[in-house]
Amino acid sequence: MNDKTMQFEVLRYRPEQEDVPSSQTYTVPFREDWVILDALNFIKDEQDGTLSYRWSCRMGVCGSCGVMVNGVPKLTCGTFLKDYYPNKIRIEPLDGFPVERDLITHMDDFMKKLHSVKPWLIRNEGEEKPIEEGEYLQTPTELYAYKQYSMCINCMLCYAACPITALEPSFIGPAAIALAQRYNMDSRDQGRDERQKIIMEHDGIWECTFVGECSVVCPKDVDPAGAIQRAKLNGTIDWFKQWILPRKGGIR
Amino acid sequence: MTKTFEPLWWSLFSAGGVVAALFLPIMILLSGIGMPLEWFGVAGDVFAYERVRGLVTHPIVQIFLFVLISLPLFHAAHRIHAALSDPWLKHMESFLSILLYGGAFAGTILTAVILLQF
Amino acid sequence: MKLYYRPVQNAWWLKRQPYVLFIVRELTSLFVGLYCLLLLVTIYSLGQGEKSYDGMLIFLKSGPIIFLHVVALIFTVYHSITWFNLTPKAIVIPFGEKRLPDIFIAGSNYVAWVILSGIVYWLIVRF
Repeated sequence: MNDKTMQFEVLRYRPEQEDVPSSQTYTVPFREDWVILDALNFIKDEQDGTLSYRWSCRMGVCGSCGVMVNGVPKLTCGTFLKDYYPNKIRIEPLDGFPVERDLITHMDDFMKKLHSVKPWLIRNEGEEKPIEEGEYLQTPTELYAYKQYSMCINCMLCYAACPITALEPSFIGPAAIALAQRYNMDSRDQGRDERQKIIMEHDGIWECTFVGECSVVCPKDVDPAGAIQRAKLNGTIDWFKQWILPRKGGIR
Repeated sequence: MTKTFEPLWWSLFSAGGVVAALFLPIMILLSGIGMPLEWFGVAGDVFAYERVRGLVTHPIVQIFLFVLISLPLFHAAHRIHAALSDPWLKHMESFLSILLYGGAFAGTILTAVILLQF
Repeated sequence: MKLYYRPVQNAWWLKRQPYVLFIVRELTSLFVGLYCLLLLVTIYSLGQGEKSYDGMLIFLKSGPIIFLHVVALIFTVYHSITWFNLTPKAIVIPFGEKRLPDIFIAGSNYVAWVILSGIVYWLIVRF
């Protein structure tokens, strides 16, 4: 039985017994193939059943298990102990979000922001294809145009990495803008104008100062920073166009 | 479409950023280091009064200098405003806007006035 | 629900290197602005006659001012490099089935940088 161990310093918050979070250190076995989620599950099973945290798929597709690992937003299911051994690992809830309990953040605002960009295909009045006419066909090139932005798993690591979301809670945030772009760039969608109304506001893309960390921490290579900068450029071009060539009620 | 004027400030910021990125290093190199130390092939007479005055009277040089000064001023105003108001001076955001963008605007007018004298 | 709101410290940007580099990048704009104002003052002194212009040159030849220009040069070059490297994020050009690789978009900026610097050099030193 190998007796290598690691220290886990976890930020706890139990609202029924404290007003302010406090640290608790656990000693867990070190295994070459363990990820942080394995260690957390070990703690909960063997040492402290009160430790609370989110997780589900344990394979990086559900977006549930985001936490701060030594100050960097990561998915616990995708972060290996061996990359930190033998040093202590500090685990905290994702930055920029209120804390409900232990490592569980309050994500209602995040859900509202996602919803606000109308993340569904929007068709113009009278241009919805009836079922009998078949599917909306899409070439590989048309798919490529938005596919990257469709890979988002809503894990909120980008929000935790973005200093603006912590400083300006009303900022709509990277994932929401990437999601808006996912639909704006989908050839089947006609709702860009409606989404522009949301993301072109001051709390939309213009709060972003292109720190770029959102794209660095994204586990699915969505590149929300790129989505935002493209939105700024395209939105600016549209803005100038509206002064020079006012639209006559057509699609963009 | 949108009531915000953000795209205007962002385009000035971007244009200024491009101008600054492409032209400022060589300008600083020549005017601030080459000229005083006579490095990089900058002989003593390169920045002499008569020669520089002759250059600045040229309309193309005037346009170049106008763009070179005014756009980066807006770039700096926008960036400084963003860097200061969100993190630390949120309560002064409007005041900073007037100070910084107003300053850039004033600088632009001044540049035009001064250049037109030549 | 008793939510806990963690306060953001003023030194948030010192916590990680990417944030420090971000602040340094934003700081470059201060030197951009200051140099442009100095250039304006120099042109103004030119318009005021030979004596005032020569006075300006003497000021520019002083040690501390040369040093400030060196610092400004370092910051503006950092601005140029970070700016060019980020342009592919904003400018996406469809190419074939996918898009033009980032290196072409960033690279064309660097090429323009060299060419335009050469033109400015020629204009100021050789013309």
